[in-house]
Amino acid sequence: MNWSVALRILGLLLMIFSITMLPPVAVGLFYGDQAWFPFLQSFAMILTAGPIAWFPVRNKQKDLRLRDGFLVVASFWTVLGTAGALPLFLVDQPSMSFTDAVFESMSGLTTTGATVLAGLDMLPKSILFYRQQLQWFGGMGIIVLAVAVLPMLGVGGMQLYRAETPGPVKDTKLTPRITETAKALWYVYLAFTILCGLAYLLAGMEPFDAICHAFSTVAIGGFSTHDLSIGFFASPAIDIVAIVFMILAGVNFSLHFFAWQNVSVRHYRHDPEFRAYAFVLLMVSAIVIISLALKDTYTDWNATLINGLFQSVSIATTTGFTTANYAAWPGALPVLLIFASFIGGCAGSTAGGIKVIRWLLIAKQGAREIVRLVHPNAEIPVKLGKSAVPARIVDAVWGFFSVYVVVFGLMLLVMMSTGLDQVTAFSAVAATLNNLGPGLGDVAAGFMNVSDTAKWVSVAGMLLGRLEIFTLLVLVTPTFWRH
Amino acid sequence: MKILILGAGQVGSSAAYHLSREESNEVTVVDRRADVLRELQDRLDIRTVVGHAAYPDVLERAGADDADIVVALTDTDETNMVACQVAYTVFHTPTKIARIRAAEYMNDRSLFTQDAIPIDVRISPEQLVCEFVEQLILYPGALQVLDFANGRVRLVGARADERGSLVGQRIAALKEHIPNTEGRIAAIYRDGKSLQPDGDTIIEENDEVFFIAARQDVRVFMSEMRKLEDPVRRVVIAGGGNIGVRLALALEQTNQVKIIERDPERARIISEQLNKAIVLIGDGADEELLLEENIDNVDVFCALTNAEEANILSAMLAKKLGAHKVMSLINRPSYADLVESGSIDIAISPQQVTIGSLLAHVRRGDVVRVHSLRRGAAEAIEAVAHGGERESSVVGRKIEDLELPRGTNIVTIVRGEEVIMAHHNTVIEPDDHVILFMTDRRKIEQIENLFQVDVSFV
Repeated sequence: MNWSVALRILGLLLMIFSITMLPPVAVGLFYGDQAWFPFLQSFAMILTAGPIAWFPVRNKQKDLRLRDGFLVVASFWTVLGTAGALPLFLVDQPSMSFTDAVFESMSGLTTTGATVLAGLDMLPKSILFYRQQLQWFGGMGIIVLAVAVLPMLGVGGMQLYRAETPGPVKDTKLTPRITETAKALWYVYLAFTILCGLAYLLAGMEPFDAICHAFSTVAIGGFSTHDLSIGFFASPAIDIVAIVFMILAGVNFSLHFFAWQNVSVRHYRHDPEFRAYAFVLLMVSAIVIISLALKDTYTDWNATLINGLFQSVSIATTTGFTTANYAAWPGALPVLLIFASFIGGCAGSTAGGIKVIRWLLIAKQGAREIVRLVHPNAEIPVKLGKSAVPARIVDAVWGFFSVYVVVFGLMLLVMMSTGLDQVTAFSAVAATLNNLGPGLGDVAAGFMNVSDTAKWVSVAGMLLGRLEIFTLLVLVTPTFWRH
Repeated sequence: MKILILGAGQVGSSAAYHLSREESNEVTVVDRRADVLRELQDRLDIRTVVGHAAYPDVLERAGADDADIVVALTDTDETNMVACQVAYTVFHTPTKIARIRAAEYMNDRSLFTQDAIPIDVRISPEQLVCEFVEQLILYPGALQVLDFANGRVRLVGARADERGSLVGQRIAALKEHIPNTEGRIAAIYRDGKSLQPDGDTIIEENDEVFFIAARQDVRVFMSEMRKLEDPVRRVVIAGGGNIGVRLALALEQTNQVKIIERDPERARIISEQLNKAIVLIGDGADEELLLEENIDNVDVFCALTNAEEANILSAMLAKKLGAHKVMSLINRPSYADLVESGSIDIAISPQQVTIGSLLAHVRRGDVVRVHSLRRGAAEAIEAVAHGGERESSVVGRKIEDLELPRGTNIVTIVRGEEVIMAHHNTVIEPDDHVILFMTDRRKIEQIENLFQVDVSFV
């Protein structure tokens, strides 16, 4: 194990992260609220912590191995979740316990969007801005950002990139150089954020809200600056902007990159994952809207349409914005939506969940077994588009799926043992592991009413979900530490 | 630069390694073996594409559209040639480099023109290795002999031993020893680490000394480092493959050459090609055969078969039986480090030899020659200073005024026919061939930039 190299990079990353404390200071000073000082304190503390890790090992210029990549990414996200909690913990109003602060910060960074704060509308602007900003950095991945701006990572960049980006296939690069790939992804991400912000502005949001919500929409986060989430604005135009950008952010960003590079939308149409993603969104929305209409939940046909569509897209992409209390919807709808969040977005997007491509591969394997029953001697490859998927990747998908189920089951048991009822516990685990945000039952509005133990389990769940379990899980296996 | 490497074999991977280390390069490697590529991508910051290297759609996926250079290094000559043809016709790639093994293709000059098979640079590893070994036999005692400025200047690496007249003395004493020759000690490696030599450096036994001198002075210089060995007369080559036969052909007029080949059929074919050399049927590691052929009187034993392990073992055996000097063809750098200067005198790495000549063509600035030394740790470069004082950042300047990266020094300047040893106040003139030696090859970009002429100069 290359501790020194991992530590060196960790120190560098912390120094970079400290800079993210400065925008909230500016926001605080601009709006004249009292909360800017804790950010300055946190900035100083993180800025000094970085060199403490970095200085003793600054000359260890070895290449990062695959194993070190896991270690750096996992420890960085853990450290970041804690460091990001600093200003929340230090600020007087709202006064938060350490557990709450870490929960909130981790929920932000992992783009989960579950909150322990009530009365958001009363909070200082700097705190609100900071939460949204956390989501934005966590969305595309702060490590991907670091790879883009730190040229000295070299090959190591690839190891870090692989440990952080979601999806079963991680070897495809947009450009030969990993730095360029990371830059390209961030440019696309940035472009979407700006477009989204402008669209919100045009749809009638205040500039502050527009920026904040652009951050959390494109990151598929789900934090809002209002307790009522997007529902606060009660504006169909804003709802539609949110729906469009949530859908876009749930698509593999490489597709956006190719579309932008070749100025054509051909890639979307030919991508099997995108088609499956569109199909899932369409099906879920249709079922939800029709059920709502049949049950006469809303008197107004327009409200049925927009609320049904918004909730479906928001939950299925694991964003977690709400315009209605979907937990109170009739029949199987709440559970259907929670199930949809298990599918999540595409690989290489900012969305959570198991990812469409994995489900697609699992479904295709199921279909293959059926064909095999009919033609026992047939050779049937699992194909995506026109090319066969290597057996290794198919195996990896099954491995991921089974571990996901096991982790889910264990977390569910722990949650229930803390005294939550089954619906709450189930939805709480789904909401955190899928990086969704709002759950059902007691956690429909937020996680303020659950015990500290449940909060810590949730923190672990969010981190596991964001790093797709294996990056974190590999660290607790003896094989990893054996030389 | 956007570089497309076709074929992830030994030379292909090692070219990808060297080129991707330089920040400005974007390297894409194409091969049919997905597992090899995955392993390569784990180690290097490159993009990989699985597929047949000559198919247009594969090349398109690999980004041939905007590639600056295509380097075709697959196993088959024909694939390499077609790939270059496709790159030229379909993608209009400016520079196409291909490895062509078969000498039969190389003989015909008219074949490789723009309207036939458009390959700008052809690299024949076998020819390069053969020339390399020939040089070593010409200068017994040398570890590496490299040509610059069309052979007018040579860079020679040799291991110092106690019988060399300069050993144990300061480098400055060189002037008194051999007053009339011009030469320069470029680098010294002691225990595997490089020293920056100056006049006060004392050469110790077992130092690996790289010096540069005009062709006619090389032998005199060599005698300063070690006892001059007798010219080589008797040579035994184990392995009658392409390299072995080429070498035998090159040496048979001046030396007594015996070549050992295991396959009787192959032995018959090569015996028809060779005129004076004796072809022996048998195993290069057969003790009886070697003794029978008076191995203890042999000056040089070269193991040049395809199997590197067999080469190492047969060379070690020959050494034990009394061959004066043994060389072995070894591909893996780790093996070479293991045996060189211990049980085997010289490890010949076809990879290194090929890479050197390959890299020279992938350089910006007018770099005409790049040689890798010590298996890639150091590099010797020959660059041409173009332009006038205004356009170039080297012309018209004294060497001491140049902004050279650390660990780099200008050793020699070749001006027309004249060979000038560089001093701190030597002024570089237009069209000088400047020979530099650098111990940290990652700095090569700075050298390229230094020798690049301003765009305004056409």
